[in-house]
Amino acid sequence: MTPAYYLVLAAILFTIGAVGVLVRRNAIVVFMCVELMLNAVNLTLITFARTTGTVDGQIMALFVMVVAAAEVVVGLAIIMSIYRTRRSASVDDANLLKY
Amino acid sequence: MIEAPDLSFAALAPLLLVLGAACAGVLVEAFVPRHVRHPVQVALALVGTVGALVATLLLAGEEDQVTAGGALAVDGAALFLQATIAGLGALSILLFAERGLDPARSAFVTSAAVPAGSPRDRELMVDTRVQTEVYPLAGFAIGGMMLFVAANDLLVMFVALEVLSLPLYLISGMARRRRLLSQEAAFKYFLLGAFASAFFLYGLALVYGATGSVRLSDIREAGVDGGGGVLLVLGLGLLIVGLLFKASVAPFHTWTPDVYQGAPTPVTAFMAACTKVAAFGAILRLLYVAFGTAEWTWRPLVYAVAIVSMVVGAVLGLTQTDLKRMLAYSSVAHAGFLLTGVLGLGAGGEGSGLAATMIYLLVYGLTTVGVFAVLTLVRDGDGEASHLSQWAGLAARSPLTAAVMALFLLALAGIPLTAGFTGKFAVFRAAIEQGAWPLVVVALLASAVAAFFYLRVIVLMYFSEPVADGPTVGVPGVPTTVVLAITATATVALGVLPGAVLDLAGQAARFVG
Repeated sequence: MTPAYYLVLAAILFTIGAVGVLVRRNAIVVFMCVELMLNAVNLTLITFARTTGTVDGQIMALFVMVVAAAEVVVGLAIIMSIYRTRRSASVDDANLLKY
Repeated sequence: MIEAPDLSFAALAPLLLVLGAACAGVLVEAFVPRHVRHPVQVALALVGTVGALVATLLLAGEEDQVTAGGALAVDGAALFLQATIAGLGALSILLFAERGLDPARSAFVTSAAVPAGSPRDRELMVDTRVQTEVYPLAGFAIGGMMLFVAANDLLVMFVALEVLSLPLYLISGMARRRRLLSQEAAFKYFLLGAFASAFFLYGLALVYGATGSVRLSDIREAGVDGGGGVLLVLGLGLLIVGLLFKASVAPFHTWTPDVYQGAPTPVTAFMAACTKVAAFGAILRLLYVAFGTAEWTWRPLVYAVAIVSMVVGAVLGLTQTDLKRMLAYSSVAHAGFLLTGVLGLGAGGEGSGLAATMIYLLVYGLTTVGVFAVLTLVRDGDGEASHLSQWAGLAARSPLTAAVMALFLLALAGIPLTAGFTGKFAVFRAAIEQGAWPLVVVALLASAVAAFFYLRVIVLMYFSEPVADGPTVGVPGVPTTVVLAITATATVALGVLPGAVLDLAGQAARFVG
């Protein structure tokens, strides 16, 4: 039950999420990677709540979940609107704006 | 037994007004009949923002205080920046409300859910029905920005960051014309914005782990004797990345040109001006209240980022052929100048860096709203004519529009007797006082390069032959005229007689906690 393991796990999850955002092409998968990053943060917060002996971390994790849910609503709305026009959710196809 | 936190409603009045008006706006959407909705929404949004502006000015004489259980710091800097955001927000709402320029009577799409280019979309294109959801959305964004600059707690700062970002993602995708570009802008802004806020959040978690608290004053105490160590420094780095993204500082600026170009021009004006103010307010508070005692950890980083931002903004701005994109790179360069001001503040809060940065934010915000307001006037068949070549010989066609545009461009370049000079002079002086003269040398060189692309537009307007089937210059309605009058007057007034505002910013330049 060493808290350090959880922190390392969270760091690995966060990194997987960050790399996923950079390399994946489908907007929905990119978005899921962002959610993975947020959940890695939640795990970090909960672990630190235990190591520091305060409950703040647990409460902050709840805040993060609420905000993430709001972000999903807005994000999926935007991805849907672009998908309905282009019939594609690939981040490479959205290339009208450049240079 | 949980104690209720102390709440000073007077100190929260500006926030409550803006957010209250936005909530009322949602109800108006539901209950007020369609044909009267637009005037009601505009009036409500203006009452909220102008009311907040007045409330912050009334609060200006009060004692600094920390309220809402320690979550909000209502101090001089917070009030000055809140007043700036509320004022610029009110001007942007006026630009949103303009109905005289577009033949279809609004810059916003009638129904954002209809796929672009579909038969239904073409039907709605000529419909003069107007979409009013942008006003409550903008209200929430303004409320989030005002909360952002007063946050005394990293968690509140994060929530405020999201409250300001989420509506912005939506309204940047709501252009009536060139909808694909607009949707793509929203899409990119959203994905990159969510990515950046995840970094901010991980930084928050690490700082919490290092210090056991996310209150800025607690973090400061933990950092005094080098406590916290590597976790604290890592956390700070991630927090700064999240904030620099919002402030569109290079190398975190990649979204800026795309979003500025794709979003409806009134929305571009709004986010260029207000988001910059909010993001720099939060950067200043984070660096000086929470990490003021651990300056060595962030000063070199901010120094380097400031140089990169000024150089990238100025050099890439040269190569642009679209005015909105050019102004986006100009905003990246200006973010670098603003960081010069951020570095002009000493560890103990001495030096004039804070006042200088606040002045710069005010003048930059006013000029930016003005310059984008002019952009909405010059139009061709498919919306705004933002390509540089279309502006050739504009002075012959509409001398007044060209003159106002020239004034704003000169102010952005920082020519004396315009507001831009006042701002630049203040931040450079503050930086030199703190011994950052190499940075100021780079900043002056970058200003010279940037001046070239502003002046190129002026030369083009005045000394080129008009193109044959050039754009038309629309006659602005009352809202845009008011915005242009206010911003142009302020740009001249702050350049010629900056004394009063400089004094005001000097008095307001203090952080509590």
